[in-house]
Amino acid sequence: MAYDKFTILRSTAVPMPIENVDTDQIIPARFLKATERKGFGDNLFRDWRYNNDDTPKPDFVLNNPTYSGKILVGGKNFGSGSSREHAAWAIYDYGFRCVVSSFFADIFKNNCLNIGILPVTVSPEFADKIFAAIEADPKTELEVNLPEQTITLLSTGESESFAINGYKKHNLTNGYDDIDYLLSMKSEIETFAETRPF
Amino acid sequence: MSTPKTLFDKVWDAHVIRHVEDGPDVLFIDRHFIHEVTSPVAFLGLEGRGASVLFSGRTFATADHNTPTLNQHLPVADPLSANQLAALERNAIKYGISHWGLGHEKNGIVHVVGPENGITLPGMTIVCGDSHTSTHGAFGAIAFGIGTSEVEMVLASQCIMQPKPKKMRISVNGTLSKGVLPKDVILYIISQISASGATGYFVEYAGDVFENMSMEGRMTVCNMSIEMGARGGMIAPDQKTLDYLNGRELAPKGEAWDKLVPYWESLKTDEGASFDIDLTFDAATIEPQITYGTNPGLGTGVTHQIPVAEAVKDGAASYKKSLQYMGFSENESMIGKPIDFVFLGSCTNGRIEDFRAFASIVKGRKKADNVTAWLVPGSHIVEKQIKDEGILDILTNAGFQLRQPGCSACLAMNEDKIPAGKYAVSTSNRNFEGRQGPGARTLLASPLVAAAAAVTGVVTDPRILIDNE
Repeated sequence: MAYDKFTILRSTAVPMPIENVDTDQIIPARFLKATERKGFGDNLFRDWRYNNDDTPKPDFVLNNPTYSGKILVGGKNFGSGSSREHAAWAIYDYGFRCVVSSFFADIFKNNCLNIGILPVTVSPEFADKIFAAIEADPKTELEVNLPEQTITLLSTGESESFAINGYKKHNLTNGYDDIDYLLSMKSEIETFAETRPF
Repeated sequence: MSTPKTLFDKVWDAHVIRHVEDGPDVLFIDRHFIHEVTSPVAFLGLEGRGASVLFSGRTFATADHNTPTLNQHLPVADPLSANQLAALERNAIKYGISHWGLGHEKNGIVHVVGPENGITLPGMTIVCGDSHTSTHGAFGAIAFGIGTSEVEMVLASQCIMQPKPKKMRISVNGTLSKGVLPKDVILYIISQISASGATGYFVEYAGDVFENMSMEGRMTVCNMSIEMGARGGMIAPDQKTLDYLNGRELAPKGEAWDKLVPYWESLKTDEGASFDIDLTFDAATIEPQITYGTNPGLGTGVTHQIPVAEAVKDGAASYKKSLQYMGFSENESMIGKPIDFVFLGSCTNGRIEDFRAFASIVKGRKKADNVTAWLVPGSHIVEKQIKDEGILDILTNAGFQLRQPGCSACLAMNEDKIPAGKYAVSTSNRNFEGRQGPGARTLLASPLVAAAAAVTGVVTDPRILIDNE
């Protein structure tokens, strides 16, 4: 599935300083019944965002007009649990292009990279600085620079570099995915398959 | 003499077709399981790019996540669920993929039917769009959950692109006490290292406890590897592994089997091989476990009190939010807490041994009036075993009803939802907020602890009921 190329993103951010945000919270299982990738953003954080009667919960950050932007800043161990890519789809469909955390769950991180969301792992100290800066001024902007592999708090100029392997960086900056790569080595795969004992 | 290798290295390295410079490995996948929820968009993607399924014989489809557990002979009532099941069947037929749909005699939870039909074998790489694919690691396979983009990737190319994870060994040595099941062992490990303690690692389980464990027990342990963040967990294959698989319908037969045995016997960690982390626990310290919070790391011995915030690895704010959701407080005793629901089933504990354990407690007793119990076998084969072994009679006499196979209340995608605010002792794998239904409160435990709760109506130490027999 094609996605937007990612190079430099400058945006305000939505803070969610909660640990262990699992993918059942990001999108509950009862909203996984679609057979197409459409409309998942409406149910992003459904049970934290809405009451049982579908009225918005005013104290939840996505319902607070003070906070907005294309960057979601989460607590430690963000995206744990179920492998459902629907969680990443919901985040993308809602309008986020980057998720920042001091620690990501593996499958969620892969799912993000595969659909064009950049997961940025920062130090716990830098995560705290981001949360504090947004609390002080919700209009504070972050700049995520993928070519340079840096994330900067524009209000103070404080910056940190983040890791990403060269292959994934190339894919994200060009809008390529793994299948493009794998289909280009099909005959090599077919030859390898012949050698498998089962 | 070559460098000593771990079991994980041996299996991983044998599947690497290419290493991408400053990038992942291209890993060949021997077996791919698909189900109705995470595959439809992958097939759409495949068609959108004009690709096809490269090796249809290496993919197996079963319907499980979104199926009813009563009246499976009737049309599925929920139109969205019916649509997903129809999409799975349509895609399977179109691409020539084996499909065990609803009503098929082999149907059941993907991680139950794979091993019980001999599709899973030692030394394989196995993936599925489901995080509990780690279950198959019990057979000495590298098995892990993937997202839908990766499902599409495997359909199109039979490969996946993954950086090689770091390695962790978890050894548990000694003898387990009476009433302590494999579920307690893994819940104990997760409580010790936290719900993110193995993120970035692939785990090998080693030591007496796993060597002496049944294949069903090993599957329960490997299943929950993801609940401490590990991509997967595995156990070296041994005679017990081969005895379990030999003769199963889709396992190799005769000469083909014999030729594989020497390879399978070589699948163990070499003396001197190194792990990034090596942890050891003492079996004697493990008692029946129960969780009290909203991630699987928040568990303790069933006779213990709920810890204070300072004693857990989660931050204080997150911990308090968790207890508030559960309606619990620090320092409360778990024993005696009232229960509304009991769920026996899932890819964690939906196998025959789990039903035998549950039956051993409820035999001659009665279900507590305040408890609603959902007993859901992992597959039709398990369901048949339950009937053939007389377990169904024990359950029926004690006031329980057996449902039909599926994932059911583990993720509550079908109608099996625990109502808001109610407490469920569940043999499944996740106690996240709303996991078993919006507002539901889950206490993860073994089949023995679940049975003890089902007959007493409160959280109970099952060892008391075993002693009375």
